[in-house]
Amino acid sequence: MSEVILKLDSVVKRFGDNEVLRGISLDLHRHEVVCLIGASGSGKSTLLRCVNLLETIDAGTITLFGQSLTDVRIDPDKVRRHTGMVFQSFNLFPHLTVLENVLVGPVRALKRKRGDVIDEARQLLERIGLRDRSDDYPDRLSGGQQQRVAIVRSLAMKPALLLLDEVTSALDPSLVGEVLDLLRDLASTGTTMLIATHEMNFARDVAHQVAYLDGGVLVEKGSPSDIFDHPHHESTRLFLERVR
Amino acid sequence: MVNETDAKLSDEVPSFFAPRRRQLLFGRRGVVASTVSTVLIIGGLIAIFLLAPGGASVRHFFFNPHDMWQSLVGDHKDSLSSVGAGLLINIRVFLIAEVFILAFGLAIAWTRMSKSPVLMPFRILAIIYSDIFRGIPVLLVFLLIGYGVPGLGISFISFQSQTVYGCVALILTYSAYVAEVFRAGIYSVPHGQLLAARSLGLTNATTMRRVILPQAVRTVVPPLLNDFISLQKDTALLSVLGVVEAVQSGTIYQDLKFNSSGLVVASLLFLAMTIPLTRVTDGLIARDRTRRLAST
Repeated sequence: MSEVILKLDSVVKRFGDNEVLRGISLDLHRHEVVCLIGASGSGKSTLLRCVNLLETIDAGTITLFGQSLTDVRIDPDKVRRHTGMVFQSFNLFPHLTVLENVLVGPVRALKRKRGDVIDEARQLLERIGLRDRSDDYPDRLSGGQQQRVAIVRSLAMKPALLLLDEVTSALDPSLVGEVLDLLRDLASTGTTMLIATHEMNFARDVAHQVAYLDGGVLVEKGSPSDIFDHPHHESTRLFLERVR
Repeated sequence: MVNETDAKLSDEVPSFFAPRRRQLLFGRRGVVASTVSTVLIIGGLIAIFLLAPGGASVRHFFFNPHDMWQSLVGDHKDSLSSVGAGLLINIRVFLIAEVFILAFGLAIAWTRMSKSPVLMPFRILAIIYSDIFRGIPVLLVFLLIGYGVPGLGISFISFQSQTVYGCVALILTYSAYVAEVFRAGIYSVPHGQLLAARSLGLTNATTMRRVILPQAVRTVVPPLLNDFISLQKDTALLSVLGVVEAVQSGTIYQDLKFNSSGLVVASLLFLAMTIPLTRVTDGLIARDRTRRLAST
């Protein structure tokens, strides 16, 4: 396997008395797709947010490209420019058109010239088949279309890795497929992704590694066949039985 | 499976007609009902005004057409100031104050919400500021500024006209209110918008400017216009500093001619100024409401 770009070591996160992450350690290699599975409240989303510095951790270290993110000299904005994040609720900017949503990161955060980015943005929209919706506002799009635009909005930043937080959980069942297809497409072209998901079949197909979280603890981690077909731990087995 | 304690569904055929009396309010008959009630209420109010024991003298002292016209245009020879010309001062003060209030209000809101450690002292000042100026009656602010600041004897600051001090009093008071309106508007933008913007690597300031404020404006405009309606009216307080604006002109006319029609004229002029803005505000609120209802 290629180099480790993201390394979590005994990460602890508390909200008041509630310990949401209890010493999680995890590696993510370049071009690797890791799926985080586990019940709601197991800490998957919090883990992703900590990597993107939307939350600060209470103990442990997160290392991205060899730099500890807990170092006070770290500029969070710079970290976020290299770690794309996609949310369950899309969070497209409703006052901007689809195209402007895709442009806003490169133009406003990376200070690139609009004229230089616009072709890339159009190509990205082409890739998800929404080029002709460029000038529409997000509320004219279906949930699946919005989520695909949100993914493309992150991709426009050319991030080193993508963090995806239950990106299909807010969608109608009929719209889940188109979003997962896009993620499959990204995985096949070598995009590094850390994915929190409830879609077990998708995780089995796409993930190189699957990590099962329960109550803020990483219970076990392994290849999809290890986890889904031969889980070592009783709690993993029970969880998979319940979601099946 | 049937349990004796289960409630049974009714076999009766229900009737959905309203009782006869309430049927009078339905359909076309509803229009008749509303017309009748309008005529009765408005007619009643006019009758009270016309038939009151002192009705005739009120009409003479407050609604005398000759005095109303005289006070509106004023008279130089009689040293009667014109209510109409006075209103121009109100309008000018309103327009100037408005610009400063928007700028200060936003700045204060921004300061209060910022998390930068450098701005810590300003944050405390902003909180104290909005507590003080929302807590003191506007009239007192006028008096304290209008008579206090000149007494300080600081060059430039203490040697301005009373109109300027009145304007400053309005700006100080209303900025505190408008800052709260801005703050509420900014908080009304869903948190996910902030997360999405920050996760793209936009700085705090850029997120504010490009993502949060454009969305906050929509919710902020109606309450902001409400504040401006009351700002228009409060320009009348300039009269306590002796500025000869609309109300003061009416009072002068009253003192010299022993007739209060000038005050009614001033009221009508204020109405002419505020009602358009009131209508616009209500229209915007209604439009926002329909848009919200349509989008859910």
